[in-house]
Amino acid sequence: MSAVPPRLALAGITKRFGAVVANDDISFSVAPGEIHALVGENGAGKSTLVKIIYGLLRPDAGVIRWNGETVAPTDPHAARRLGIGMVFQHFSLFDAFTVAENIALGLDAAGDRRALAARIASVSASYGLPLEPGRAVGTLSMGERQRVEIVRCLLQNPRLLVMDEPTSVLTPQEAEVLFATLRRLAAEGCSILYISHKLDEIRALCQRATILRAGRVVANCNPAVETARSMAEMMIGNELRVTKRMPSDRAPEKPARLSVNGLDRPAERAFGVALRDIRFSVGPGEIFGIAGVAGNGQGELMEALSGEWRTSAAAAIAVDGAPVADRGPQARRLAGLYTLPEERNGHAAVPGMSLAANTLLSARHHMGLTRAGVIRRDAARRFAQRIVSAFDVRTFGVDVPASSLSGGNLQKFVVGRELLQKPAVLVVAQPTWGVDAGAAAAIHIALADLAREGAAIVVISQDLDELLSLTDRIAVISGGRLSRTLQTAQVTVDEIGLLMGGAEGETRDAA
Amino acid sequence: MIDFLIPVMAAAISAATPLLLAATGELVVERSGVLNLGIEGMMLMGAMAGFAAALLTGSHLAGLLAAALAGMLMALVFAVLTLSLSANQVASGLALTIFGIGLSALVGAPYVGQPVPALPKLDIAGLSDLPVAGPLLFRHDGLVYFSVAAVAATWWFLNRTHAGLKLRAVGESAQAAHALGHPVIAIRYAASLFGGAMAGLAGAFLSLSYTPMWMEGMTAGRGWIALALVVFSAWRPWRALVGAYLFGGVGIVQLHAQGAWGLPSEMFSMLPYVATVLVLTVISARSQAGGTGSRAPADLGKPFRASR
Repeated sequence: MSAVPPRLALAGITKRFGAVVANDDISFSVAPGEIHALVGENGAGKSTLVKIIYGLLRPDAGVIRWNGETVAPTDPHAARRLGIGMVFQHFSLFDAFTVAENIALGLDAAGDRRALAARIASVSASYGLPLEPGRAVGTLSMGERQRVEIVRCLLQNPRLLVMDEPTSVLTPQEAEVLFATLRRLAAEGCSILYISHKLDEIRALCQRATILRAGRVVANCNPAVETARSMAEMMIGNELRVTKRMPSDRAPEKPARLSVNGLDRPAERAFGVALRDIRFSVGPGEIFGIAGVAGNGQGELMEALSGEWRTSAAAAIAVDGAPVADRGPQARRLAGLYTLPEERNGHAAVPGMSLAANTLLSARHHMGLTRAGVIRRDAARRFAQRIVSAFDVRTFGVDVPASSLSGGNLQKFVVGRELLQKPAVLVVAQPTWGVDAGAAAAIHIALADLAREGAAIVVISQDLDELLSLTDRIAVISGGRLSRTLQTAQVTVDEIGLLMGGAEGETRDAA
Repeated sequence: MIDFLIPVMAAAISAATPLLLAATGELVVERSGVLNLGIEGMMLMGAMAGFAAALLTGSHLAGLLAAALAGMLMALVFAVLTLSLSANQVASGLALTIFGIGLSALVGAPYVGQPVPALPKLDIAGLSDLPVAGPLLFRHDGLVYFSVAAVAATWWFLNRTHAGLKLRAVGESAQAAHALGHPVIAIRYAASLFGGAMAGLAGAFLSLSYTPMWMEGMTAGRGWIALALVVFSAWRPWRALVGAYLFGGVGIVQLHAQGAWGLPSEMFSMLPYVATVLVLTVISARSQAGGTGSRAPADLGKPFRASR
């Protein structure tokens, strides 16, 4: 076998951004037809490495060999000519364009439109990836969008397909379909570089794994003989703290702290989702999870809960029995309802302002950070300092802009800002999105502690593992409707996956 | 009645042409994600340069070329500032307008009050003498027909060619286009230069055809109306054509109606601008209500920097 050179071999790849070494002397190889995992925490250097392979970044040192020959792709066109296809984590798609136009943009030869439509049809049929060429991409689900990206790659007969966190936007069932496609491609001789931090997936799919930590290769292993835990420890570099909560011993007769009673909201944007008859309630000490594939109404629900969107039906949302649905965010905070949106930069925090100034966004009244409308700078800095030390935020002081913190550190900061105010009800969206495992564990522990003190917590997340380990009860949002509530301890991933696909919505309509 | 209407409509077409030329150029610029508010300045430079070149060489063609070139040079200044140096597009565009007003007045000072023959009108035996269609459609100069042809060509380019698709992609999501390997900055440069050339020609139409003379500030706000037209058109060439003729018509009606009903003429002079404000309000209200048709390019006005 040694006669066959590897499809892709990296030797000593190094890339620096200023003083930061994103990739440090990285070497590994991918054989023809192999599904090779690239594993690492956020910030370990996976994305940088992938951009180098695809010609979007140039390495400062090191060699890339393609089928044994040294190459240096200078742009994506060159990479595609070699036979490298790329499916991006944040899709490189254009919402306002049709599927066919999106695919044409990823091809180098501008072919005839009808011929292209025919090729799309034949490729998508032969791989079981149905697509309508004339649909606008903005109207497609996340799974369908990914299909567009994959078909775009397949049209160029790639010899290496790079998949960057492909399942983060899929239901478990959609992920199974994707795995079948990838296995079939590999069987046809196409190599696959599979980037993920979902270790169970990697064990099921990949033949070899390269593990990155802080820009370096720390291990090469066979995922089939490793456990998810052993790989996670290689990835993080120390013992993993597992947060498995005991179900809360909430007495059912205690009144709900947050209740949502038939919340309706019409669709407002071009590609928006309408919320229909959302009902749930969360008691003291309870963590309630809302699962679902992105774009099924989570954003709309979050806005309705935070007060960014209001309704005249005040009783649709009640905190400790008091109706708040017609109030704005500040009035809701005074009533005890705190919310933390998914987007840290620009929504939960103002990137260009200092950490101290960012405390004013939600803590102004409760922590007394102003007097007669004038900011008490010392009080704001002290509060920011308290957050930094209580939540182990790595920062050079509280006067640096929020944008200078890494994603995980800023997330710890904004979570801390809400938690230290001891809310009666806390709603968080994607609390650990793009956060490394250490910070994620810290955030989970903090949420669990807050619940133990009697708060009601709602976690809206696309990360099923997170919801299954953290919540007491769980419901699924799909097409703007919330499913029935399930006890997390008794639920299976399959059950949730079916609800994510909207299985229940139809039966409920029929009934 | 018809004897009165025909000259009014022919005049409306004439008044619409500079708006249409400038708006078509800006439409392409904005589709690539660049917002150039300097149309007025580029038009003035085009008007001045076109007039001066025609006067000095005696050739209309030289005048038109000089006008297009002057507009492109102005656009190049804007492009270097905003695309290469990532300056703020709104501020740079406003500065470009002020710069153009001043520079055209300075360089154009010797040409004020000089005479130059107007662009020749089309005269086709038979067609131009037709009873109604003749004066309405077949007695304009070449730029009028060019402006309509430019709309058709722009529509075809944007919607039917791969290069046009790339240009729209860059305006929709520069990041995604870059990730696919398309040269974002180069495409935006090309679009900006095209917009400059069209604005230059729009200016030359004013100084060589509409009122064949040069005076400072002679565009009189038409650059701003062209900008509003792009929004009115929802970034679609054919709608820009309809809008330009609508605005041109309002302008002419205003001239003819002055003095009627005892209203002061200033009231009528306001009409085109009132119409602009109304149209923009209606469009923005409609797009707030969730219409997809009048969506601006998603990355309009956002600077782009690629890491290497």
